[in-house]
Amino acid sequence: MSAEALCLAGDAGLLALAVAGALFAAKPLGRPLVYGGALVLSALMLAVAAGALAFGGGAETLVLPLGLPWIGARFHIDALSAFFLVVVNLSAAAASLYALGYGRTEHDPERVLPFYPAFLAGMNLVLVAADAYTFLLSWEFMSLASWALVMARHSEDQNARAGYVYLVMASFGTFALLIAFALVAGLDGRFAFEAMRAAPPAAGVAMLAFAAALIGAGSKAGLVPLHVWLPLAHPAAPSHVSALMSGAMTKVAVYAFIRIAFDLAGPPDWRLSIPVLIVGAASGLIGVLQALMDNDLKRVLAYSTIENIGLIFVALGLAYAFHATDFDAAAALAMTAALLHIFNHALFKSLLFFGAGAVLTATGERRLNRLGGLLNRMPSTGLFMLVGAAAISALPPLNGFVSEWMILQAVLLSPAFSEWTLKILAPAVGAGVALTAALAAACFVRAFGIPFLGRPRSEAAERAKEADRLSLAAMAGLAALCAIVGIFPGQAIDALSPAVDLLIGAHVPNQSSMPWLTIAPVAASRGSYNGLLVAAFIVASASMASTVIHRFASGALRRAPAWDCGFPDPAPTTQYTGESFSQPVRRVFGQLAFVVEERIDMPRPGETRAAHLNLRLTDRIWNLLYVPLILVVERTAVQLNRLQFLTIRQYMSVVFGALVVLLVVLASWP
Amino acid sequence: MILDLVFQLLQVMLVILIAPLLTGVVRATKARLTRRRGPPLLQPYRDILRLARKEAIVADSASWLFHHTPYIVFASTWVAASLIPTFATDLLFSWAADLIAIIALLGAGRFFLSLAGLDVGTSFGGLGSSRESLFGALAEPAMIVIVFTLALVAGSTQLSTVAAYMTSDAVGLRVSLGMALVALIIVAIAENGRIPVDNPSTHLELTMVHEAMILEYSGRHLAVIELAAMMKLSLYVSLIICVFFPWGAAIADASVADRVFGAIVYVVKLLTAGVALGAFETSIAKMRVFRVPDFVGGALMLGFLGALLLFVSRTLK
Repeated sequence: MSAEALCLAGDAGLLALAVAGALFAAKPLGRPLVYGGALVLSALMLAVAAGALAFGGGAETLVLPLGLPWIGARFHIDALSAFFLVVVNLSAAAASLYALGYGRTEHDPERVLPFYPAFLAGMNLVLVAADAYTFLLSWEFMSLASWALVMARHSEDQNARAGYVYLVMASFGTFALLIAFALVAGLDGRFAFEAMRAAPPAAGVAMLAFAAALIGAGSKAGLVPLHVWLPLAHPAAPSHVSALMSGAMTKVAVYAFIRIAFDLAGPPDWRLSIPVLIVGAASGLIGVLQALMDNDLKRVLAYSTIENIGLIFVALGLAYAFHATDFDAAAALAMTAALLHIFNHALFKSLLFFGAGAVLTATGERRLNRLGGLLNRMPSTGLFMLVGAAAISALPPLNGFVSEWMILQAVLLSPAFSEWTLKILAPAVGAGVALTAALAAACFVRAFGIPFLGRPRSEAAERAKEADRLSLAAMAGLAALCAIVGIFPGQAIDALSPAVDLLIGAHVPNQSSMPWLTIAPVAASRGSYNGLLVAAFIVASASMASTVIHRFASGALRRAPAWDCGFPDPAPTTQYTGESFSQPVRRVFGQLAFVVEERIDMPRPGETRAAHLNLRLTDRIWNLLYVPLILVVERTAVQLNRLQFLTIRQYMSVVFGALVVLLVVLASWP
Repeated sequence: MILDLVFQLLQVMLVILIAPLLTGVVRATKARLTRRRGPPLLQPYRDILRLARKEAIVADSASWLFHHTPYIVFASTWVAASLIPTFATDLLFSWAADLIAIIALLGAGRFFLSLAGLDVGTSFGGLGSSRESLFGALAEPAMIVIVFTLALVAGSTQLSTVAAYMTSDAVGLRVSLGMALVALIIVAIAENGRIPVDNPSTHLELTMVHEAMILEYSGRHLAVIELAAMMKLSLYVSLIICVFFPWGAAIADASVADRVFGAIVYVVKLLTAGVALGAFETSIAKMRVFRVPDFVGGALMLGFLGALLLFVSRTLK
């Protein structure tokens, strides 16, 4: 059987699980059945996809007699689809394993169990679809299934609003993608991807299609300024679904962009890379600043997804620009960096969301300022979260560093551009990437340090218990993968070569053949990095220092109350909180993304009431873009409301008028 | 091969052994310039040994992260310092990491130290961590922009290649390199918490940053952290020497005599830099915390301007 058929069989299995979930949700058997089944199916599809990536998928396109009658539903797995299938199914397998344990705490299993496998099936179908109709249908299916999961806890405060905003933005995104595909397909309806490739659109139309794809895929991926739904919707879902939405679904959106921009929309034009680079860098910076200011653990992670998607789009923009200016070695480097970061982000973001879910189960709290001291109470969860936080902060020798290092190496090749705009824009974007990475480290010091370190700030945090074994196993697996990819980056880069080859027509030099597992994506004299040696050196020198000191100096240890300059305060509220931690950054960078209002209410001497600091952050983008938009929509709706109170004669004339206008337009169409 | 390994080990030991001496020189210079006699040059070594022999006291609320952090910070700084060419380039493992990886290794040290500051749950620790995070967020991009300028000039982020290029005749005098040098010095001052950014010799003051983070450390943990901080200072000085003043260092496959000569020259250069740092610190006052972003932001802009100037000069040629 071909890889396509196996994948479709897997998707059919997932849809059957969805039905089973609906039937048996209330039964005790339902949860293990759905999650266990999803785990097995995802693992199988992961194996199929990895095989297709390594050994090349079949050249054939599978056509089913569904969908549009003259095309049918087409499915094809090439190296690009195979890579994204690996990402999605790896996340899905981890999330299913995690949910086997975590799902026990679910209040309304009948609101989650049917939609979870359907959501997985939707993502998989988008990736294997090979015509616009099947693609958009699967895309909408994926959106709606995830919307249902966002609404699983509809009674909680704000979740209904999150679901509403998500639905509106998702429809808008699909609409933009529909336009993109329509433009590429042309008037004679070449809806199959093969037909689109065979006859690429004219330059002007291709440019419009590119823009529509950027808007449509970007709104799903969470690019600024279309990101507003993401920090609302991702945290609202149950944690394993949040992990999938952030780790996998945003990647499906990136896939849509890559598929249209690099594969279907014809020969590249360097000018198109400018908006991608700018929007990517802006998303990175604004995402990380929002993450640094937010006080809700899961929302911090969601904002950080926006940041990472920004970095991915920067790399994609560079790849596109290099590709358009015929510097394919550099384009291959940037594309490899983008794909590797996509994979890495799926690993550590899932891991972090699992950890956040474990914290939520153990304490019932997501607010940073009500947590604290969890590392002593949940040591394993804490350790895995720490690995995830270090990986996402791009610390060597973990995986996040490798992909960001490669992005920076690609930026360093930008002097080769002949266009002045790109020459100056690329280093500016590179500086933005560096700033983003540095702020991300600060953000995750805060996001890990405030809840896991220090003293508990609430009774719930004080009583927290370690997560269950299955959840821990899922986290341990992802943490191990973060370390493995970081230590053996060459193998990961080589595995990506077929996908890069497909998109760029070139790939980075083979890395596995380098001595000592070093990676040198351009040339050894240009810059090289060896994850294995760096990891070995760190471990060796740390253990040597520790052994020498314990052996020859002193190994004695005494526990005592904290010193704190001689005036320790026993009240845990005197610790630094999330807000106080981010205050210096807020003061320096806050105005970039927010309208910051700090009001200090200081009682006059003699008054006995407490002093207060009121802090209000409002999102500049929301104020500038969305508030006027909402106003316009509301006004228009009020105006259009009149149309609902016409007499039947007036309705008839409206219908008649519309018909005449349409016929005239059709008749005068060139 | 054996000789290569010996020189690599020599490099690894050199960076750790010379670091306290550099700190001693800076302190002695400052003492002399303020007409004090000051501690002997070798006092930092004695301090570290004294601290290492004492029992470590750990706060009740601290987690395991607290007593592992010193070794993590020490190891990442040591590895980073060993990867910077001091007396010779192209040592056995010099290709294991480039300048970007070295910056990231230092970032790893900062990450864990900031976490340790939050671990005990006191307000001083949080204060230190939060400010250190801000300084790091400013200094790291400035550093990357400097790397960008260097890579434009030398065509590499690999320090051995950069140093070799800088000793060749192809460099010439460039305005951009001057800007990069100034920017790198600013970053070095900020990263090491020297005056005017932070004062390493104060305690119990609201202005302290690094010292606030490590306030709860004692005994061997403090010794290891202090040693790491000293190594970081010598790392930045070595970096400046390696990139901007590499003359005398043994380039590529040099003879043993060249390498020994290179080591002597390196020590002289390092100690000269220590005297200069001491003199600079004596002549300037510490700035307010929220002036620091302007100061380090200046470095970012200088580095960027340097890169742009390079572009312009290349097209005019």
